[in-house]
Parts: sequence; C-alpha cells; structure tokens
Amino acid sequence: MASPIISVKGLNKTYRTGFTALKDVNLDIERGEIFALLGPNGAGKTTLISIICGIVNPSEGTITADGFDVVRQPRHARSRIGLVPQELTTDAFETVWNTTSFSRGLFGKSPNPAHIEKTLKSLSLWDKKDSQLRTLSGGMKRRVMIAKALSHEPEILFLDEPTAGVDVELRRDMWDVVRGLRESGVTIILTTHYIEEAEQMADRVGVISKGQLILVEEKTELMHKLGKKELSLQMAEPLAALPAGLEAYALDLSSDGATLTYTYDTQQERTGITALMTALQKAGVRFRDLQTKQSSLEEIFVSLVHQGDRR
Amino acid sequence: MSAGINGHAIAAIYKFEMNRTFRTIWQSIAAPVLTTTLYLIVFGAGLGGRISPFHGVPYGAFIVPGLIMLSVLTQSVANASFGIYFPKFSGTIYEILSAPVGALEIVIAYVGAAASKSLILASVSLATAFLLVPLRVDHPILMLMFLTLTAFSFSLFGFIIGIWADGFEKLQIIPLLVVTPLTFLGGTFFPISVLPAAWKAVALFNPVVYLISGFRWSFFSQGDVNIGVSLAATLGFLSVCLLIVWRIFQTGWRLKN
Ligand SMILES: Nc1ncnc2c1ncn2[C@@H]1O[C@H](COP(=O)(O)OP(=O)(O)O)[C@@H](O)[C@H]1O
Ligand SMILES: [Mg+2]
Repeated sequence: MASPIISVKGLNKTYRTGFTALKDVNLDIERGEIFALLGPNGAGKTTLISIICGIVNPSEGTITADGFDVVRQPRHARSRIGLVPQELTTDAFETVWNTTSFSRGLFGKSPNPAHIEKTLKSLSLWDKKDSQLRTLSGGMKRRVMIAKALSHEPEILFLDEPTAGVDVELRRDMWDVVRGLRESGVTIILTTHYIEEAEQMADRVGVISKGQLILVEEKTELMHKLGKKELSLQMAEPLAALPAGLEAYALDLSSDGATLTYTYDTQQERTGITALMTALQKAGVRFRDLQTKQSSLEEIFVSLVHQGDRR
Repeated sequence: MSAGINGHAIAAIYKFEMNRTFRTIWQSIAAPVLTTTLYLIVFGAGLGGRISPFHGVPYGAFIVPGLIMLSVLTQSVANASFGIYFPKFSGTIYEILSAPVGALEIVIAYVGAAASKSLILASVSLATAFLLVPLRVDHPILMLMFLTLTAFSFSLFGFIIGIWADGFEKLQIIPLLVVTPLTFLGGTFFPISVLPAAWKAVALFNPVVYLISGFRWSFFSQGDVNIGVSLAATLGFLSVCLLIVWRIFQTGWRLKN
C-alpha cells in the first residue's frame, strides 16, 4: 500500500489550562480517501485538525503530511493543506474574489485568475464574486471559506463541521463538491457530529470521544461488523403477555401486543434466529410478517461512546 | 514554492492591508491630515504670528516637522497594531497561522504596509504645510531618511503592541498613555532649549526628542541635539524594536495555543 498522506503518531495535547484534549492519538489517512472524524462536541476533533494544520502546537507526538513533519518542515507540510475551519470567520469588507485570491497568495502560489474563477464557479459563487462578505448568508460564507481553502490547489482538505448550521439543500450541494474533489484526487478529512454525513460521504470513519480515538474502520465494515440488527415479527393475533419459554431471547413486546422485536448481533457466530423460530413455534406464537433492520451509524456511535465511558 | 521566503504571501498581506487603508481613506488618511492641518492653522498661521521666530524660523514653519512626526508616530503605531490585532480578534488569523509563512513574511508585510501608509500620510501633510506656511527643506534626502526610519520603527513598535494585546483596551493604552504624551513633550511645539534646566534634563530621556530634533534639523539645519546623536538614537530605537520582535518569534508567538 502507498504511504499514508497523513500520519499521526503518539499525539497528546494538553492546553495551557491543564486540560488534556487529546490522548495518544495514532491515525493514518490514506491518499485520496474521504475520512470522517466522528465525535460529540468537545471530543477533540477541532484540536486534532488544528494541530495538523499548524494552528495549535502539539504537546507530544509527531505528525507528517505528505512525508513532511508539520512542526519541523511547516512550509512544505502546510502548502499541501487546505483548511475550512469550524467557525465562520471572514473579513467582512473584502469581496469574494479578493479574499479567495488573497488565500492563494498567502499559500505561496502565483496569481491564477482562471483557477479562482473555476473554484468560484464550482461552488456557485461566481455571481457573488464582487460582493462583500458581510452581505452574504451563512451558507454562502461557508462556501467562500471552502473556495479560500481550495484556492491554492491543496492535496489535502480539512473540513471542520462543514455542514453545521447549513440547510439541507446546501448540505447536498456541498457533498457533491466534496465527491468531485475526491474524484480529482484530493484527500478529504471532515469532522462532523452528524452521523448521516459520515454515512453518506466517508470511505472510512474514525470515532473520537474524550480525546481518544476509540475506533477507525472502513465505513461499510463498521456498519457490517458492529451493526446490530433488529428482527420484528408482526403477530397474527395480539399477545397479552410474553409467552413462557421465550425469556432467554430478551424479546421486546410492543404495548399493543402486535409486534415482537428481537435484537441480535451480526458479529456473533450464531444469531439465535433459528432457535428463536423453534421456540416461538413451541410456544404456539404465530406471526404474519417479519422485517429485519440494520442499525444506523448513529446507533453504533452511541453504543461505542458508551463503551468508551465505561472504560 | 521552495523552502525560501514566501514572496506571494508578503504581497497578499501587503495588498490586503493597503486595501483596508484605501477602503477607509477618510478615517485613515484624510482625518490625520486634517488634524495636522488644523494644528498648523491654529498654532502656525493663527497664534504663530505672535510668537517670535526661533533662530530665524517662523513659528508656523517651526512646528511642521514636529506635527508630521506626531502623526507618523501615532498612525504607525495605530495601524500596525490594529493590522495584526484585528485578525486575532476576528479569528481570521487561522489562515495566516495555517499558511506556509514565517515570522519574517508576517513582519515585512504588516510593518511594510503600516509604514507605507504613514509615508503617504506624511507626504500629504507636508504638501499641505507648504501651502499654509513658509517652509523650506535644507536636507531633503536626510529628511526622507528620518521619515522612513521613523515610520518603520514605530510600525514595528505597533506590531509588537498588536501581538501583545489581548483586548482593544491594551491596544490603545500604549499609544494614548505613552506615545502621545512623549510626542507632545518631545519638542513638537517648542524647542527643548526654552525649558528650565531641570526639565531640559528630563526631556533628554524622552526618545521622541531625538526623532523630532533630527527631523527638524533636516528642514532648518538646526535642532535640540546634534544631528548625529539624533540619527544614532533613531537607529537605536529601530534596533530595539527589531530585537523584541525577534525575541517574540523565538519564544513562540503569543498567537498559538
Ligand atoms: N484553547 C483552549 N484552551 C483550553 N481548552 C480548550 C481550548 N480549545 C479547546 N479546548 C477544550 O478541548 C476540548 C476539545 O475541544 P475541540 O477540539 O474544540 O472539540 P470538538 O471539535 O470535538 O468539539 C474541549 O473540552 C474544549 O473545551
Ligand atoms: Mg470542533
């Protein structure tokens, strides 16, 4: 396999307040992937990104971007990275065109109006190019921040909660932009606490909680491996109570007695479905329909974070 | 980009800062020039007629170098400090911190822009002064040198304040409580020689005295202190500011967590 485009080793961060925001984080990001960093507020997502991008100093550990140490060879590392921070911070009186061109220069690239034009067009900002930023809506400002990050043609793009507070339509637009970027070979790391986003976009997902990276998995693998499934059985006749002999299955009977739900783990060698069916037949329970449902990343996530808490 | 200096970044920041200046031209150029003009009208053309010339220099002309220094000093400090403080305050500093730029590019761009602005301002004020009072410049090259040195030194000084400040109050406290009083007492409106002996001794501890004296010498070939001493003091102040900036970047930024 090709060497990772970003490699984080033994990263710790303790802020001056004494608060430890990251604990022994190890993470490799592969070239060209979309990686979603998932975690609740305060988990340390922004801290991790800020350290990789050079905005916050690490306390311990090493990070390389495209082989360059972000602390010892910052110029090489940083010129490859574009960052869209979580907070909407813009120069209110600058125009879209100027602020985007500014970013390109800041990152050491010679002026290239054609590239700026292409970037603005891809983000539907072209007709706003002469507008001052203060006149734009929040969603538009977010696009401008993406345009700024893309102005210098980075190989790696960080998006810190790109769709927080953004309406559904814009969110879908943004996902399209991100997919387009991936197709052009850009590696994308995004953070989110919307599971939907990770589920829709990511190739791999890392789950971070209380400063610890508790899991890194292929998204499909994650859902497959950790996904609990639910089997719902619609009763032929409503049940007043759970019949005897079924206690071992931890079944859940709906209050109207019409649905029995069995939760099983697809990771387990035996799901227990066959045995359950036999037991139901013995107990004389008849059903007229059944469905199975894969749990969403959201449910996986909640259960992971809870496990993390118990450790 | 090679590992060398990031010239595009210097150009980008410089242009950004100059755009800001021209966007707010009334506040950043017109207002200071108007202030200088008002001083000239009131103290020069108005009261000046009743004050006898110093060594053959009419009072109206006498105060011109001091007034220009006053505005160069205060505006350099104000501009450079605001220029670097505001991105910290608004959060846009994230982009500069994440960009492939080092201390050198940042200092050159911000200080260069603030100094440029002061030089524009000084030129306009000087042109206005020529219209209002009978002015002569004996040593134009030396005058430009003093102006440029002062503009850069005090822009550096402002930059240091902007890095240090963590609130708007701190941003203004040094200009208001230190720079302005030192300038007023530094011989803008009178030669140090008119002060009583004790005050004269005190005044010589005021670094601004040397700046104004040197600058005035370049106009009228006369000053409170020897021109060589003035020049040395000005270069000394520049060196101190450079040293402080260098230390700031050595010992971390005060910009990063
Ligand atoms: N500058 C700082 N000083 C002290 N603590 C901080 C600072 N920045 C963030 N933190 C703390 O570090 C933790 C992680 O914050 P952050 O990385 O922003 O989390 P996330 O982006 O996952 O919401 C939080 O508890 C936050 O309060
Ligand atoms: Mg965050």
